[in-house]
Formats: sequence, C-alpha cells, structure tokens
Amino acid sequence: MTTTPLRGAQDHPLLRDYFMDTAFDEMFDGAGAIRPHYQALFHELTTLPPEEIRRRKQSADASFLMQGITFTVYGRDEGTERIFPYDLIPRLVTGEEWDRIERGLTQRITALNLFLHDVYNDQKILAQGVVPREVVYSCQQFRRQMRGLRVPRNVYVAIAGTDLLRLESGEFVVLEDNLRVPSGVSYMLTNRRIMKRTLPSLFRDYGVRPIDHYPQALLATLRSLAPEGRPEPTIVVLTPGVYNSAYFEHTWLARQMGVELVEGRDLVIHDNLVYMRTTAGLKRVDVIYRRVDDDFIDPLAFRGDSILGVAGLFNAYRAGNVTLANAFGTGIADDKALYAYVPAIIKYYLDEDPILNNVETYLLTDAKQRSHVKENLEKLVVKAVGESGGYGMLVGPQSSSAERDEFKRKIDADPRNYIAQPTLLFSRAPCLLEDGSIGPRHVDLRPYILFGDKVTIVPGGLTRVALRQGSLVVNSSQGGGSKDTWVLGA
Amino acid sequence: MLSRVADSLYWTSRYLERAEHTARLIDINMGLMLDRSRVSAERRWQRVLSAVGSAQGLGWHDEPDANGEPARWLGVTALVHALCFDTTKHASITACIFGARENARQIRDEISTEQWQRLNGLFHEISRLRTASPSERNLAEFLPTIIDGVHLFQGVTDTTLSHGEGWQVLRVGRYLERAWSLTTLLDVYEREVFLGEDSDDASEYLEWVGLLRICTAFEAFCRVHTADLSHERILEFLLLDPDFPHSVRYSVDALHNALEAIQQHTRTQRGGELMRVAGRLKATLGFAQIAEVLAQDPVRYLRRILEQCREIHDLIYAVYIQYSVEAALAV
Repeated sequence: MTTTPLRGAQDHPLLRDYFMDTAFDEMFDGAGAIRPHYQALFHELTTLPPEEIRRRKQSADASFLMQGITFTVYGRDEGTERIFPYDLIPRLVTGEEWDRIERGLTQRITALNLFLHDVYNDQKILAQGVVPREVVYSCQQFRRQMRGLRVPRNVYVAIAGTDLLRLESGEFVVLEDNLRVPSGVSYMLTNRRIMKRTLPSLFRDYGVRPIDHYPQALLATLRSLAPEGRPEPTIVVLTPGVYNSAYFEHTWLARQMGVELVEGRDLVIHDNLVYMRTTAGLKRVDVIYRRVDDDFIDPLAFRGDSILGVAGLFNAYRAGNVTLANAFGTGIADDKALYAYVPAIIKYYLDEDPILNNVETYLLTDAKQRSHVKENLEKLVVKAVGESGGYGMLVGPQSSSAERDEFKRKIDADPRNYIAQPTLLFSRAPCLLEDGSIGPRHVDLRPYILFGDKVTIVPGGLTRVALRQGSLVVNSSQGGGSKDTWVLGA
Repeated sequence: MLSRVADSLYWTSRYLERAEHTARLIDINMGLMLDRSRVSAERRWQRVLSAVGSAQGLGWHDEPDANGEPARWLGVTALVHALCFDTTKHASITACIFGARENARQIRDEISTEQWQRLNGLFHEISRLRTASPSERNLAEFLPTIIDGVHLFQGVTDTTLSHGEGWQVLRVGRYLERAWSLTTLLDVYEREVFLGEDSDDASEYLEWVGLLRICTAFEAFCRVHTADLSHERILEFLLLDPDFPHSVRYSVDALHNALEAIQQHTRTQRGGELMRVAGRLKATLGFAQIAEVLAQDPVRYLRRILEQCREIHDLIYAVYIQYSVEAALAV
C-alpha cells in the first residue's frame, strides 16, 4: 500500500510524520484539506506552544494517576494495574453523523431485544427459518433456563456497548455488539472530565454535546426495570471483585450512582428474595446491575465451581423478585456467528432496512466459505465467537505462517467457534505522538446504549485508539488507548 | 454498611495494631539482650513468642529429625528474622502488614485516599526492606518503619476519615487487638517474670522497664509513680489506669464506646448480648482494685479477660458480620 506524506497548506512542522492512504482520515479529506469541523481544533493545536501542550499532557497524566484510573492485564505477573493510555486530541463527530448513528443503534438494540424475547419464548423467527435453529442452539451462550421466563418490560439487554468502525468510504459500520457486560464507560466519562480541564476554551467553543448525565441515566434505566410493586427499588452493582480487570469501573459506577457495590458473598437468598448482608441486618435488593458473566453468577444454575456468584439467585430471578441487568442468556445475540444475521433480524421484526450496516462475515460452518477463508487467511481476520477483548484472534496480514497453520487446525476442529472477516482498513484520527508531533492512528468508536422505559444513548462513546503505528487492534488489553469523543452541534 | 466492608475494616485495623505491638516487642527485647542478664536468650525469645500467641509453629525450633534427635534451637537471628519477615508465619510483622493492606485493598473506596496511600506506602517500604538474609542494620530500619507507619495511618484515619460507622469499626479492631495483646503480655510476665523470688535487682529492674517500654508506658508510668517500680504498681498501671491509652482498661473503655456508637448507627435490635458482655468487662476493670486482683489469682484474672475478649469478637461477628439469615429476619 502506498502512503503519501501530506503536502500543501498543512506543511506544519507538527505534522512532519503525518501520512495518508486509502483509509478514511478523520481530520483531512481525500484531497488533503482540513475537514471544516476540525479546523478550530487544528488551529488550537498548531498555535499552542509545544511546551504548553507538554505541560497540559503532564497535568492530565497526573489527574489519571491521582484518580487511580487503572485496568488489569490478564496473564502477566502480579501488580499489573496500569493507567489506561489515552490521547489528548479529541475525536470529533459531526451532529449529522451522530444522529444517524443514534438512529441506527436504537433500531439495532430494539430489534435485538425483540429477537431475544422471541428466541426465549415463541421462536417464530426460528420457525420461519430467518435464523437457522442450529446457530442459536449451538451457541454456548444460549440459556435454556430462560425459556418461557418473563422479564420486566421484555428488556433483556438494558446496557449495551456497540463497536463501530468507519470504512474508507466514510460510512460507519457495526463491528460487533457487546450485549453481556460491556465495559469502558468509566473511561469515556473520566476522559471527558480531564479534557474539559485540558482544552477548556476549545471545548466551550465547539458546543460539545454533554455526556455527564450517564450515571443518572443508568440509574433511571435500572429503576425502570425494577420488579412490579417495588416503587423504591434498592439497586446494587455486582462485581466479581477486586481482581477483575474492570474493578475500577465497577466501583466508579457504584459511587457515581450512589448505590452499593456488592460481591457475590454479600448477597443471600431466602425464600427466593435477594438480600444484602449489612451491619444493620439484611436489606432487600431489587435490581442488580451485574458485572459478572452468566457462567459465574449462580453455582446452582450454571457453573458449579464458581465462587463469585450467589447460590439460588436464578430461582429468585425466575420468581420475578429481582431484576438482573442484563438478563441471562443475552450472549446469543452478540455471538459473532449470529452477528451475520442481524440485518435479517432487523428486517424481520421492524420491517426496516438497517441504518448501520454490518461488516462482511464468513461463517465457517459453511464448507464453501470455510475453504475460501482457509485459502485467504493472510487477508482476513479470524475471531473466536465467544471471546472478547482482542483475545483468541488472528489478524491475517500481521500473522506468521505458523500462526495461520494453527488457526487452520483450530477452525477444522471446531468451525462453529470461529468467524472470519476481511481485514478492514478503518479510519484514522490525529493523535499526539511520543515526540510531540501529530500522527494518524486507527480508531473505533464504542457508544453506550441504555434501554429501559426508553432508549438513551449519551452522545459520543469511547473512541479507542491503536496507539502503535500500523496496528489495527484497539483493545486496552492489547496495547490500545482511548481518546475523548466530541459530538458537535445541538 | 455491608458486612463484608465492616469485616475488612476490622481486620485492617487489628493487623496494623498487631504489627505495631510485635515490632515494639522485638525492638525492646533486642535492646535487653545487650545487657548481661540471667535470662537466657532462648528463654527470652520463648517469652516473646508466647506474647505474640505463637509459641508453636513459628520456626522456633527445627523439626525433630527422623532419628528422633530433639528439635534444635534456631538462634536469635533466624527467629527474629522469621518474626519480622516470614510471610508463611501468620504472626510475623510482614504477614500482618500484607494482611492489613489486602483487606484495605478490598475496600479501597471505603477508606480515604490518604489512608490508602499511607498503608500502601508502608507495604512498598516493607517489600523493599525484606531481604533473604537476616541483617541487624536491616532490622534497625525495619522496626521503626513499622511503628511510624502505623502511627501515620492512625493519624490520617482520625483526620481524614469521617467519624461515622466505618471509623468506629476501625476503632473496635484497634482496641480489641490492643486489649488482647496487652493482656496476653501481662499474662506471660505474671508467669515468667514477676514470680522470681531470688531476684537480682538490677536485672529485674531492666526487665520491668522493658515491659513498660513495650507498652510505651515508661514515661507515663513515671509521671504517676516516679521511677519507683514494683510488681503491684506496674500491673495496676498497665491493667487498670483509666487515662493511659495502652492500658487494658483504657482499651476496653474505648472498645465499649465504639461498639455503642455502632449500635446507634445501625439501630440493630440484636446487639443486646454483645453490649452486655462488653459492658460487663468494662465494669469489671473499672471497679477492680489491684490488691484484690493480686490477692486472688492474677493469672486467672488475666485469662478471664482474654476469654471475654474472644467472646466479644465472636459476638461482633454474630451481630454484624456472619449472622444467620433466620436470626436477621426474626427481628
């Protein structure tokens, strides 16, 4: 692929290493001109003295450290708490672009909730062959315990985080839905707080749409899902504990909402009611925002070796005495193989065309598609359907032949467990590099969707950055970082 | 407050108090060894081990070998090293600090940032000082670090944490541990030191001063009684003084006061028995006279206090932390 250094009006020394190719650049259009909405930002960056930028970067660093905004990396030694790397240059999204994203996400979450309700009840969509039965039944996240169970407002997925990419054409597409326990929202909000202090006047001049009400919106969503007859519900956040990679976020959300952060051992079930154990005695719990996976949440109903969960919780749930957000079994709707059917699901339930398109996806259970994938592995990305966080995946163009051979063996051994997608050249946004210059890095966007009595999507989301040049992996566990996302205009 | 949080606060506090006490116990006894003494090194450190409640299982002796050779005394250096640094021994200072930090880490959001920074700083300092080979210089730095670190933690606890339920739980942990370890120490001295009839005065005097200094009580004692030491006065001061913070009576008063505050916070209906036992212990010490204690069996008297401390610990768990669902719903 040929890359061309920038020429012309942007011959600023800060941009000495800036390059463009066919990937969409968030700041420059195809001709190398600054997009209108980036002009004020560009002007600010190029007029601030370098030492002033450095000073602001240091003070932002200190804020992150002080607040203890850290995450944990698995599979390394102890003491793996790290500061989440972030970038000082905000990513801008125009109001028009955002409105389309918002409509698309609302449509998608609505359809997926209808799908979950159908699959766990009447199964019309399976009977009519729109989604093959074997895709659902072969999914490890399918919970037959959920069959015929009523959930409040028929909301299965109350909290979602959907990963979007922007293709060469400038179109936003959905890479994957996270419908189980999506994380990262605390980074979105803390990034914003720090950016407001770092570039205050620019922030004001841009008229950025606010996101700070997310914790209240989350609380309102959870409250709207309380069991019937509980007008003043007690809401808690359930965490696996201090060793979980997102523990910071769990404590942060609980604090921001003003609710208790509990672990499995804090909860007891009696007569199918859920209580938390406090020094003042047992206190009834009505809504649990759970950040524990299905598998670990109730050793009686799911994995018996789990010590994170609460024995009997599922029975209390089945009795309708407690709401869990998200519900059990939502993982079938974000299974990477089911993903290929989401456009059909939208069409089926809403009779609408998808506003946000999918990425082309190969299903490896299909013999023809499988052999095509195996022959073209170096051009494709292969993902395990049940994994997230960038684990268990093969990025074709950056893989060795040994790795490819290993994946071929894995695919043949368990084709249902993998899908393949073309290696996408997704958009790049300007980032502040180590040497103080500005260079383009690949970014995605994860907006956070709340679904209770209504759909709430705070404008923006977490823009994740592949901080290493050329890297396409944005996951924080794989060396990615993040930046603030500014949605412009009223 | 969640019971789990109370549990972690309680143990954070107990472990820190224990670490401080053990550090001073070792420090003073190391100093006493410099003077010529009738007490053999082995006997002295056996006494220290009894005072930390761990006469067995702290690597005091080698295991008896296969040929039935009796266990061999390891020597002062190895023992002190184990008492300070060996994390496999739960009574060691390092194990206490690690335990306190681990408990505090679980409830990082319930304590103040300043508290966490002090405790975490102490943890890192100790990790640095822990070395594989015992050395005196190392100890000379280690023991004051512990004592200062715990004092700093207590200082920021009082000045940065709101004096609500959590703060009271920390006080319960601190004073229950203090009452327990002081009483254990007095018990050991009653049996080992104060009984010696044929005493050589100078050596006895040193031991007695040592006891007071382990309890940071020497200066406070002198202010009340001058340096005129006697068995009776020392025991009276450390057991029954109402004002000195390292006396058993003071600790029990503070413990009772904190338990009362928690009962008011939680408005629990189930705390009656706990308050009765704590109140009885407080009254026993408040109305005791040293002549009576000595006229009866002082060792039995001290053992009775230990039993009641244990009973209070169990009741705290039964009322606030590990109560049964049925008991909680019955009220």
